[in-house]
Amino acid sequence: MKRAVIIAMGLCMLLGVVSFQKSAAAAASAKPIKIGALFSVTGPASFLGAPEEKTVKMLEEKINAAGGVLGRKIQVIVKDTQGSPEKAVSFAKQLIEEEQVLAIIGPSTTGETMQIKGLCEENKMILVSCAAAESITNPVAKYVFKTPQKDSQAVTWIYNIMKDLGISKIAVVTSNDGFGNQGKLQLEAAAADHGIEILVNEVYDKQATDLTDILTKVKGTAGVQAVVNWSIVPAQSIVAKNMKQIGLDVPLFQSHGFGNPKYVEQAGVAAEGTLFPAGRLLVVGELPDDHPQKALLAAYKKDYETKYEENVSTFGGHAYDALTVVVEGIKKAGSIDRDKVRDAIESLKGFAGTAGIFNFSPEDHTGLGLDAFDMMTVKDGKFSLYKK
Amino acid sequence: MRQGDLILQYFLSGITKGSIYAVVAIGFNLIYSATGILNFAQGEFVMLGGMVAVTLAFFLPLPVAVAAAVLIVALVGGLLELVFFRRLRRHSLLHMVIITIGLSIVIQEAALHVWDEKVRSLPYFTGNEISSVHLFGAAISPQVLWVLATVGVTVVLLHGFLKYTMRGRAMRACSSNPEAAMLAGINIPNMRTLSFVLSAALGAMAGCVISPITMTHYEMGSGLAIKGFSAAILGGLGNPMAAVLGGLLVGVLEAFSVSVLPAAYNDVTAFAILLLVLFVRPHGLLGRPAGESVREF
Repeated sequence: MKRAVIIAMGLCMLLGVVSFQKSAAAAASAKPIKIGALFSVTGPASFLGAPEEKTVKMLEEKINAAGGVLGRKIQVIVKDTQGSPEKAVSFAKQLIEEEQVLAIIGPSTTGETMQIKGLCEENKMILVSCAAAESITNPVAKYVFKTPQKDSQAVTWIYNIMKDLGISKIAVVTSNDGFGNQGKLQLEAAAADHGIEILVNEVYDKQATDLTDILTKVKGTAGVQAVVNWSIVPAQSIVAKNMKQIGLDVPLFQSHGFGNPKYVEQAGVAAEGTLFPAGRLLVVGELPDDHPQKALLAAYKKDYETKYEENVSTFGGHAYDALTVVVEGIKKAGSIDRDKVRDAIESLKGFAGTAGIFNFSPEDHTGLGLDAFDMMTVKDGKFSLYKK
Repeated sequence: MRQGDLILQYFLSGITKGSIYAVVAIGFNLIYSATGILNFAQGEFVMLGGMVAVTLAFFLPLPVAVAAAVLIVALVGGLLELVFFRRLRRHSLLHMVIITIGLSIVIQEAALHVWDEKVRSLPYFTGNEISSVHLFGAAISPQVLWVLATVGVTVVLLHGFLKYTMRGRAMRACSSNPEAAMLAGINIPNMRTLSFVLSAALGAMAGCVISPITMTHYEMGSGLAIKGFSAAILGGLGNPMAAVLGGLLVGVLEAFSVSVLPAAYNDVTAFAILLLVLFVRPHGLLGRPAGESVREF
């Protein structure tokens, strides 16, 4: 009996030593650094998520081909949320608890990001969102960052251009999703300061297929000088077409959500003259050679367009920035300790991304100034810098 | 804008929406009439029609692409009946309806994999994105006229087919009294397959004509199915004419509701009125009460 116990104990020890050695060996061979990504690759917001996923996959290959970060490869685990906040929450839990990733990039939409903001904060998980709304980083949450320009800045750009054009009475139409709702709030909040009066203020379903009724209302309201549409759904093209079809002849302003050539293609000639603020990725050819973003933007555009044979969009750029921010954070921190990486991200300054020059600080987790935007227009079916 | 013109513009906007609902609702009716099944995959036929046509339009002229798309989707419809519903005849109607919901999800996912998540559309049949037909002080896209014409021609052809051809009469017979039809030597399962083929073809045709207006993507089917279904119910199930009336009515109601209420209440108005009508006339506006004549066209 005694002997049996001793043998058993011996065996246990042996097993223990073997398994210990195994894990030690694994650690030494440098496992890849895991980074989670939540994108709505399919579903109604797929025109955000699909280019984001493609961009991240491309960038992951590129970084690993160049030797990775801190001598280790990175592994980006992409989950398709289909634009659903519920799925975003459960995938976020999975990434935090099961995959134990270092940081999460995404989600693609504001609605999803707001759902997991608290979750990431609680778990001290770095989140670098690719969604645009102000509320993601205002108030600042310690672990939550975002890479797209703020929607309040987009509103400021639109209102400033309106002032130049002598427009003061406008109609606002927005989609009934997170992005539309946040835009509506910002447009309403900033209107008075810029001397703008909103005469018609309508919300439409995010799956709307025809908006002539709402635009008829706009047409029937005396004094409307311009229409602002705020959405990221295909309705952006529908608004442009319907306005022309019912003969509503005022300028159309769109949000920075219009930055996908697909919308211009779908709206055809109806998109001509549409005005919207966006990052410079769309007009990289028009930038002066000494612009700090020029080389980066040109390289990203070329890589993406050769690899995937489709036009680059600003949305993919947000994912590019998000992954780069995390990687830069790891490099700067010199470790994969999550808190150290977070501190490093917060102290990134003068870092050129696709959206603009990032200057993060403890008070500002977006890091982009008003100059990250420029006013764009559509000319001959192409995006072009708007010149007064 | 003058008040009169404004009302006309709202009306035309309603017609635009309504014609889309109507063209989907007709397909609902046909299968319901012949089989008693409410086919919730009807919206998927519409989506498939649009998707196939857009794909074919890359290397075929537009009319040929549309015709081919209609043919292909009609085959798919027939195949679905042969593979699923013919084998499941013994199950209750409720089972069948649930199977159609399942099928619609499967078709959607399949479409996502075959194509992708992107929005696409056929070119406008006449004119382009900014052309419009003027009617007094209001304007409408020429594509809406195409949709209306399609609805009109379809209804007339369908009516002629069901009333005056042998096969059409046989189809009506097996809907109003299957046993008697069987005794008269009508092959009921084949008639059911035919109703799926026709309905899928109608759906695909609808998917092509509305594509320039609504744009086509893999998810468009379910939303259309719900609106088309309400239109069919409002008009009275089992009557293609009623479906057209129901569709146009839902569309116009939605448009005028925007004139007084915020657009966000759009669906609320449409469905509230649908409920009201159903309280007063449970069989729809033009439908006949059950029992008097079951599923007569």
